[in-house]
Amino acid sequence: MSHDPRLILLDPRDNVLVARVRLKAGETIETGSGPAALDRDIALAHKIARRAIAAGEKILKYGAPIGVATEAIAPAAHVHVHNMRSDYTPTYHLEDERKAGASA
Amino acid sequence: MSAMRGYLRSDGRKGIRNTVAVAYLVECAHHVAREIALPWREEGVHAIGFPGCYPNPYAERMMEQLCTHPNVGAVLLISLGCESFNKYALERAVRATGRPVKTIIIQGTGGTRASIREGRAWVEEQRIALDAQETVPMAVSELVIGTVCGGSDGTSGITGNPAAGRAFDQLIAEGAACIFEETGELIGCEHIMAARAITPELGAELEKSVAKAARYYATLGYGSFAAGNAEGGLSTIEEKSMGAYAKSGASPISGLIKPGDVPPHGGLYLLDVVPDGEVRFGFPNINDNAEIAELIACGAHCVLFVTGRGSVVGSAISPVVKICANPETYRRMSEDMDVDAGRILEGRASLDEVGTEIRDLVVSLGQGGRTKSEELGHQEFILTYKSFEPLGPACLPAA
Repeated sequence: MSHDPRLILLDPRDNVLVARVRLKAGETIETGSGPAALDRDIALAHKIARRAIAAGEKILKYGAPIGVATEAIAPAAHVHVHNMRSDYTPTYHLEDERKAGASA
Repeated sequence: MSAMRGYLRSDGRKGIRNTVAVAYLVECAHHVAREIALPWREEGVHAIGFPGCYPNPYAERMMEQLCTHPNVGAVLLISLGCESFNKYALERAVRATGRPVKTIIIQGTGGTRASIREGRAWVEEQRIALDAQETVPMAVSELVIGTVCGGSDGTSGITGNPAAGRAFDQLIAEGAACIFEETGELIGCEHIMAARAITPELGAELEKSVAKAARYYATLGYGSFAAGNAEGGLSTIEEKSMGAYAKSGASPISGLIKPGDVPPHGGLYLLDVVPDGEVRFGFPNINDNAEIAELIACGAHCVLFVTGRGSVVGSAISPVVKICANPETYRRMSEDMDVDAGRILEGRASLDEVGTEIRDLVVSLGQGGRTKSEELGHQEFILTYKSFEPLGPACLPAA
């Protein structure tokens, strides 16, 4: 089963897909492991789980590890600083208080 | 396509610009330097300088390399008078290249107004002479091109950076020297990068430079990662690194250089920007412009700057080509962007097409073309304290 054309698979080994366009909460997407509804808005170039990812499992993008899951991640869930971390230095980020969600 | 034209310098290098550099040697002389340069903001007079009052061999070498850069035709040094910067050595080094050079010492000239008057009179003479200078034919193989990314987001590593990498591959095939950098943004890529080195010993040096960066940033407590990178979809420094690494293209890596080292011949070089030794003086590069200044000090005639979030910066001395990776950003900020690489994400162009567009744009800068940041008057410049040890023998194997 192939994934939604609005998502990019950068390497066949990856467990995340990248949003080619903005996606809305409630939209149904196909990750390749079955259709699922998005629980939040996904901004351009943010990551979505391609399949279920266990806590402690490496996140793979471009075929390479880019960090580790800090909790179990469901297919089609947003993969970002709230559920993964660096194996090197912590990620510094600001919460935008003027808007809710992860839209850019 | 017509040939490029350049300004021939005494060391055999050629410039694609013929700029007068007005260089302040301590922050206390910055205002005078800026005021001297102001009337020619659109006409090739740029202010650069070093703000510190304590001596620093790295900063003195950077200033010498910038003042004798092929894009610079004449140099006016602005000293307050009491700072520690070795103005005598810098003036001597510039004079040895045959370039017109003059030092104004504000404390000797009689203050702000007298120094500005004397400086502007000198710059006016130089501008007239430089504008009359004949150009000579210049080949792509005589170019040095740097690349940097800033204001990165999740699109940078998919569109703009790999497109810049394709441009690098084309320019290197034509004999140019290309420099990529920021070892702090190659963390996690060190092994795949080392495999591209032309000798195993160079590969080991490349890995060591990234390990040094990882250690340096770990001590500081922050990676080379800004809050906007996360808002743009990048979750970790490793993820940012994988995207940044794509700027290097697919050519073999010919050498490892440090700020101020000019590549000895064509090929691909990694610029190690992280200081050697214990952590001193703070962050390696406090912003993107510090990296751009270092690429230019390595002889870069122009710098390819890939941005996703939307940086607006340019630079003194060498043109900055802005490659916008994010199609939404491009639509908002197209006035600042030279290349719309976000077309790749929307299926409107291929990586190879945008790579060729970037390569052609670089060549056009030697044919009278100007970048958006030049048109907008951007001449950012920053130089801070660092310390480096000399290059190891394995760093330039083919030299």
